[in-house]
Amino acid sequence: MKTHTIVLNVNREIHMVTVRSADTLLYVLRSKLGLTGAKPGCLNGDCGACTVNVDGWPMKSCLMLAVEAVGKKITTIEGLKDTPIQQAFVENFAFQCGYCTPGFIMNCHSLIEQHPDADDEKIREWLESNICRCTGYEEIKNAIKSVLNKD
Amino acid sequence: MKVIGKSVIRKEAFDKVNGRALYTNDYHSVSMLSAKLVISPYGHARIISIEYKDALNMPGVRAILTGAHLPLTGESLRDRPPLAYDKVRYHGEAIAMVVADTPSQAKNAADRITIQYELLPVVNSPTEAFQPGTILVHPKLGDYVKEQDMNPVPGTNIASHVKIRKGNIEEGWKESETTVEASFSFAPSDHVAMETRCSIAEISPDGNVHIMTSSQAPFMVKQLIAAYFHEDLGKIIVTTPLVGGAYGGKASVQLELLAYLASKAVGGKPVKILNTREEDILTSPCHIGLDAKIKFGADQNGMLKAAEIQYLWDGGAYSDKAADMTRAAAADCTGPYHIDNVWCDSYCMYTNHPYAAPFRGFSHSELSFAIERTLNLLAEKLKIDPLELRRQNAILPGNTTPTQVLLNKSSVGNLPKCIDRLKELIQWEEGQVVEVSDRTIRAKGISCSWKTSTIEANAPSGVILTFNRDGSINLMSGVIEIGTGTKTVLAQILAERLKMDVDKIHVRMEVDTQTTPEHWKTVASRGTFMAGKALLEAAEDVIKQIKEVASPVLRAEKNDLEVANSRVFLKDNPSIGVDFKDIVYGYQFPNGNSIGGQIIGRGNYILRRISRMNPETGEGRPGPEWTVGAYGVEVEFDKIDYTYRLLRAVSVIDIGTVLNEKAAKGQVMGAMSIGLAFAGRETFYFDEFGRVLNPQLRTYRPLRYGENPEYLVDFVLTPQLDAPYGARGVGEHGLLGMPGALGNALSTAAGVSLHHLPLTPELIWRTKGGEENAFL
Ligand code: FES
Ligand code: FES
Repeated sequence: MKTHTIVLNVNREIHMVTVRSADTLLYVLRSKLGLTGAKPGCLNGDCGACTVNVDGWPMKSCLMLAVEAVGKKITTIEGLKDTPIQQAFVENFAFQCGYCTPGFIMNCHSLIEQHPDADDEKIREWLESNICRCTGYEEIKNAIKSVLNKD
Repeated sequence: MKVIGKSVIRKEAFDKVNGRALYTNDYHSVSMLSAKLVISPYGHARIISIEYKDALNMPGVRAILTGAHLPLTGESLRDRPPLAYDKVRYHGEAIAMVVADTPSQAKNAADRITIQYELLPVVNSPTEAFQPGTILVHPKLGDYVKEQDMNPVPGTNIASHVKIRKGNIEEGWKESETTVEASFSFAPSDHVAMETRCSIAEISPDGNVHIMTSSQAPFMVKQLIAAYFHEDLGKIIVTTPLVGGAYGGKASVQLELLAYLASKAVGGKPVKILNTREEDILTSPCHIGLDAKIKFGADQNGMLKAAEIQYLWDGGAYSDKAADMTRAAAADCTGPYHIDNVWCDSYCMYTNHPYAAPFRGFSHSELSFAIERTLNLLAEKLKIDPLELRRQNAILPGNTTPTQVLLNKSSVGNLPKCIDRLKELIQWEEGQVVEVSDRTIRAKGISCSWKTSTIEANAPSGVILTFNRDGSINLMSGVIEIGTGTKTVLAQILAERLKMDVDKIHVRMEVDTQTTPEHWKTVASRGTFMAGKALLEAAEDVIKQIKEVASPVLRAEKNDLEVANSRVFLKDNPSIGVDFKDIVYGYQFPNGNSIGGQIIGRGNYILRRISRMNPETGEGRPGPEWTVGAYGVEVEFDKIDYTYRLLRAVSVIDIGTVLNEKAAKGQVMGAMSIGLAFAGRETFYFDEFGRVLNPQLRTYRPLRYGENPEYLVDFVLTPQLDAPYGARGVGEHGLLGMPGALGNALSTAAGVSLHHLPLTPELIWRTKGGEENAFL
């Protein structure tokens, strides 16, 4: 089993970790760094529960190897503090069980950064990569639109 | 009312948006081992050999378990080995379990285990299972230990048979001028909670068994581990943190048993077992399937006179909770309509499919599809507006249910009012079909539902209230926060009763069976009702105690005192009083003398006057009240390729009282979303070996953002008199009417009668005879 000691920049902190070649970024964030905000839902790129932000873009951390994340800026849900989208999720009741929420918020956060003027079609294109089984998506739509419209 | 009805923010909201909300799999320690299952690749096969010597020698492997010598398990009938031996009965069934230091080591070793099978013929549907002389999934059915209300039929695949015999069915047919008969079917599917199931077990040297699990039923986990493995009940401590979606699927007890066995095999060390998505779909119990036959008779005015119903439930390989669903379906078998003569046979069938867990609505959305489609066929035959047909047959106070419960204004909601409101919201007058273009039309379908909760007749719920020294309150209830927001609603109920600020009520989210008072199971939309009743009793207890201590202090009769705003004071002069903080830990006089002491409130509730159903007639009171609802779905349908878009979906539910507006609407919309996905796209595709061909979210596709319709949700408010503030259960009801309403909309749109789920364009094409016409 080949291991590597790598340096990761997560939430503006530098971490040194030893990983296997096959370890995903999700596994290392959760099991080595204790950042359990990103969730496993399918480990197959289908559900988006593991979404983090890599160099400003949303990334399904189950699809990225930890070794591939070297030299990149990674932001997880734990790295967001009092952002408008977090507040909007609370005010709009945009979650129930909350399991999909970190992934949705990270995706929304990246969308707001990349496309502050996103229209409905753009929002759909981005958010359809995540699954929420509890809500009917209505509240999530209201949350993201309330932030985009504010800007 | 000050707090009831308000959209109070969930108590755990900030944890959830900051990634700090912890679910079972988020708990991890260095010493924790990992378990990995080896699962069956076939639906039905004899296990010839299991070879695991090589696996045992792989790095990090601590133990490998197989099923021989383990006791049989199962909630109503002990028919299920925790690990299969001798035979596998469904695709995905667990056969062996590896315990290793890390998840990857466990997986590598599991991959090294080789199992030889001899294939057996597969029972691939409940109708096949029902044929006389067919293959038996459980030849030893007669030997299994069973609960009192199970009626298995040894020598068949019937795990349980529930009968309803109401009125005189022969008379009913005589009074019927028009009859319709139709069959319906759909295969099992899945709950797809985003959090896959996970359990952790550790056995400490003193013999205490610690389980942490993502469950709706930690108290049941405790009972079952004690019963199956002869552990002391008091030594089993089950903890449940937040749960990442459940929808009934986490009311079954399965991984907990495996985690316990795994820990036992490694000397009690902590072991975690986490389902992959594929295992969560295949190995853990799924959403039940159904083959149904419905026959209705009506007189010339369209009044229903007779119903003959056969439900063959696809319970899968083991009966576990499917038997209860079979019973619940029988109790409400006709849908929310008044019919004097009812004959129903509801069978829990064994097949070689994954076995069933409860699913939000507990067999009601499923049976409702069959009932509501048949009603539309009847309306067509009678040439009556389907909405009118439902309205004139709607169940009312004064009517009896299939199990002969006489309903009153409190025990059943107002269905006609729901239907009237639906009529406006779905713009029924506009017509059921509206042309949009040459190619597309808009079409509408409607349905109705009812449901009572057939939970154990003696199901308990308890609440404890303690105070902090600043006068704020800690609320402890055994209800699990599975996403429904029930614990926040409980805080609202308490705030309302004590007339205090809801922010000064702290809710303990985590449940542990050693210190949290039992709440039977967080299922059946019963959390608010039962825990709410217990909570109100605890609130009274607190008020009484506070007044007792305050009475000598304020030198006033207890009856002259009032509690509000975290104070106790004189009714006629509120300026004379004491703050909670100065009294809830005893009152201290200026000289230091103290009276009273720590105030601890207690309350409990047990369901009352619920009775077992008569095995021959079904007569009995299965649940406390019936929530009713009316639903509509509007689609835009392409007449050429049969694709469609969900435009609008309506639910009007008699909820009694709205406790938290946004939370209630959210519950209903979420349930509608699951219902539309179940109706329109979700199913297991089986091959001839009973294998599920689509156990991944890539091939099994829930609704995604933007695929949802516009939701219109409204409430009718007929209070349930014995419920906290009159509120009725509502967690499941948005789902119940969706399959029927969508089925009716698409049948109307396509001009064919649709009898299966999911309602895909391909199904419509096949039903229209597309196969014969296809030349490719
Ligand atoms: S866990 Fe990464 S997409 Fe599902
Ligand atoms: S809130 Fe439960 S999956 Fe989205």
